[in-house]
Amino acid sequence: MLDKTKINVGDTHSEVVVEDLKRTQIVQYAGASGDYNPLHSDEIFTTKVVGYPSVFAHGMLSMGLTGKMLTNYVGDASLKKFGVRFTNQVWPGDTLTSTATVMSIREEDGETLVDLNIETTNQDDITVITGSAVALAK
Amino acid sequence: MSKKDMPIEKSHIMMFARSIGDPNPIYYDDDHANDSEVGSIIAPPTFTQASAQFDPDYFLRPKIDGKGWFGSGKEPTGAKKEGSSSGGDGGGAAMGLHAEQHFEYHRPVRPGDILTPETKPGKTWEKDSKRAGKLKFSESVTEFRDQNGELVVTAIGVGVQTEKPVEN
Repeated sequence: MLDKTKINVGDTHSEVVVEDLKRTQIVQYAGASGDYNPLHSDEIFTTKVVGYPSVFAHGMLSMGLTGKMLTNYVGDASLKKFGVRFTNQVWPGDTLTSTATVMSIREEDGETLVDLNIETTNQDDITVITGSAVALAK
Repeated sequence: MSKKDMPIEKSHIMMFARSIGDPNPIYYDDDHANDSEVGSIIAPPTFTQASAQFDPDYFLRPKIDGKGWFGSGKEPTGAKKEGSSSGGDGGGAAMGLHAEQHFEYHRPVRPGDILTPETKPGKTWEKDSKRAGKLKFSESVTEFRDQNGELVVTAIGVGVQTEKPVEN
């Protein structure tokens, strides 16, 4: 859990959450999550029928990868809220970096809550996820 | 159990954590987890998304009753032709994309829980975009309650139907 005496507004925590994303990892996510949309695993369907340049990651895989950075930072079972917008697609070969920024630290109902801004960018510095989170601190 | 109930199992949590590349032992190692402040294995924050596995009618899973599947087989799409539509037959279902996802956590999800999801439709709205034509957004709110009826996770999803594939 975050220690309120050791964090400040403006602090950031950044991690590379995936390097050179493989199609196999996307397939792994399809199997674990149960979302078998062929857009994520079926190159022939995705390119020939729908017209995308290749398969691409589930938004929820990008969010899951982003969540890994977040839980590494705020600790296990400390999240109160976590929300994102998917602003660009994530493609095989992408390397993603996720960053959390402390926006505010507040007391509410006897708890210390930390508001975080979340952003995940790819190797070309294009933002693929923007979002926010609220974590419990002690 | 209702027909969409999600029994939370350790092996499923481990597989899910692996799929998001998360090596945190709180997701698979009993010894580590039981000795931790959290007290047991828990699920990662986005895990309830896998409740799709437990929906017998989930539309993004090939069915076992031979009803067909729109992904490629012998042909680029396995969807049966029923007139034509823009984007190709079978493309329609695939034009839905995930625009936003929000979770509120009331307590951690743990193995042994049986979560019952209840989904209600939320707001809908439209927007024009240069990259994908007309966008139709729709929100759904899913409350996951445990075996005691207590709220565990609230998940708010926003889907978008695009007029054409998103240009990059």
